[in-house]
Amino acid sequence: MSNRIDVKKTYKLFINGAFPRTESGRTYEVKSAKGIFIANPCLASRKDLKDAVVAARAAQSGWNKATAYNKGQILYRIAEMLEGRRAQFVDEIVTSTGVTKIKAEKEVTESVDRLVWYAGWTDKISTLAGALNPVAGPYYNFTIPESMGVIAAVAPETPSLLGLIEAIAPIIVGGNSVVILASTKAPLSAMSFAEVIATSDVPAGVINILTGKKDEIAPWMASHMDIDGFDISGLSAKKHGELKIAGAQNLKRIYSFKSADPGRILAFMENKTVWHPIGL
Amino acid sequence: MSFYGLVDGTESSLKKYLGSLSGVDQVGADARAAMLATRSIKAASKRWAIDTAISMVDLTTLEGADTPGKVKALCTKAVRPDPTNSEVPSVGAVCVYNDMVKIARTHLDLIGGQHVGVAAVSTAFPSGRASLAVKIQDTQDAIDAGASEIDMVIDRGAFLSGRYIEVFEEIVKIREICGTKAHLKVIFETGELVTYDNVRKASFMAMAAGADFIKTSTGKVAPAATAPVVLVMLEAVRDFYAMTKVRIGVKPAGGIRNTKDAIKQLVLVNETAGPDWLTPSLFRIGASALLNDLLMQRMKMDDGYYASPQYVTID
Repeated sequence: MSNRIDVKKTYKLFINGAFPRTESGRTYEVKSAKGIFIANPCLASRKDLKDAVVAARAAQSGWNKATAYNKGQILYRIAEMLEGRRAQFVDEIVTSTGVTKIKAEKEVTESVDRLVWYAGWTDKISTLAGALNPVAGPYYNFTIPESMGVIAAVAPETPSLLGLIEAIAPIIVGGNSVVILASTKAPLSAMSFAEVIATSDVPAGVINILTGKKDEIAPWMASHMDIDGFDISGLSAKKHGELKIAGAQNLKRIYSFKSADPGRILAFMENKTVWHPIGL
Repeated sequence: MSFYGLVDGTESSLKKYLGSLSGVDQVGADARAAMLATRSIKAASKRWAIDTAISMVDLTTLEGADTPGKVKALCTKAVRPDPTNSEVPSVGAVCVYNDMVKIARTHLDLIGGQHVGVAAVSTAFPSGRASLAVKIQDTQDAIDAGASEIDMVIDRGAFLSGRYIEVFEEIVKIREICGTKAHLKVIFETGELVTYDNVRKASFMAMAAGADFIKTSTGKVAPAATAPVVLVMLEAVRDFYAMTKVRIGVKPAGGIRNTKDAIKQLVLVNETAGPDWLTPSLFRIGASALLNDLLMQRMKMDDGYYASPQYVTID
């Protein structure tokens, strides 16, 4: 019966809507919580990061121009696709982190719910965070939050799926594109999540996912001149200082967050103020 | 004219000359170009390659929407590509339409860019569909306006229907107009020539007719300067040098957009025609977006972190 040869999955990167191998040709071993070999995902290099940033930059203006309604639909679509593949994600989380099935199911449920929650924010954020400013003249003066550009992020080690989604969703809600480094020890669900994104009408390049070592990639994210913001929630607090120094010379906004919060969306948005005459 | 003693100017001698050329092994050319593209150029060699490539760029703007202001801005960039760093070399030339030549030459002289040439695209660029009289006048105008390089297009229709002598005589005529005042680059539009055999044939014909440079494309047709086409042309100049002891230049144009592409071209030159061709007087790259990428890569090598397009000028 079991004469069939195993069909093993090759875990690759997700850059510009495609699944390339790392240009460096490097991989690393991922083991289950019990120490059993699971996979050889790509060990991304700084050049993969560079390629991802080029893709993210090219995709950003188009994504920013999409209507809030359309952005919301696409985020909801990601939630739908993820819901449809629950079993696979539960399985991957159990295998790689060793948590119970009940806990893994809870994580997937929360991930889907989080996406739906952020989908709802797309057409509300500018209304709630924008303002009609009082001015001493016959003008309206509006302030509206706008996207910042290309945002980098490092996902926390655990929860590997929820943490990744919690980082990606608020960044793209604001009209930014994102380059994210997935959990090093448990990257399986991140790369499967890339397959979800690839089938959710997310324009190529808006979300780019790398797998590899945080210490190798994070400093390049901080110093890259063409990354406008950096979510370092997934890094230990003692690394924050040096990254903030590296990011200071290119005026990068660097933040870390504790929980799901509309403030995460606004952190990577910039305020734009416009005037409009009254009565026209 | 002697045509290097290869042809005597008659149709029969041209046919005999072109008929004597060996064919191009298409699969072999593709494979050789692909193999050379895998070379990895790093550190000091990369730095040298970037600066060499910058000095070989023909910084180009060939749009219907070109304005004197845009051409002047391009000239300023050509002389000093990175305003924050005077060590960055000037580019080889600026390449503009006929009516912009005077504006470009005047502005270059004004800002100390006497060493940067002005190349004018000529002979009813990009299609080449005009009478010989118009083509001659087109070229004469550009030279009168101060062009030091003429980029002429061949009549692809005549070439593809086998009327080689027409194309040959046209090149000879334009060569006469250029005289000693301007270098002549002959554009084949390789994307329209279909086969590598045609590219080789066109190369040898243009070289015998007096071209100083052979150029792949106008930049208006895709595919343009693909690696195998450039390889075939480099082999042609190498073989022509063996026959005549005269070095003809090569200019790929169109589709070379980043540093990696440019360095691949330099590898092709070094491995095919040889290191003697690694100079702006024998190898040029027609490009517009390429220069910014070269500058960004140069900044990366200086500063140690990746640069942003926001720190180089918008063309």
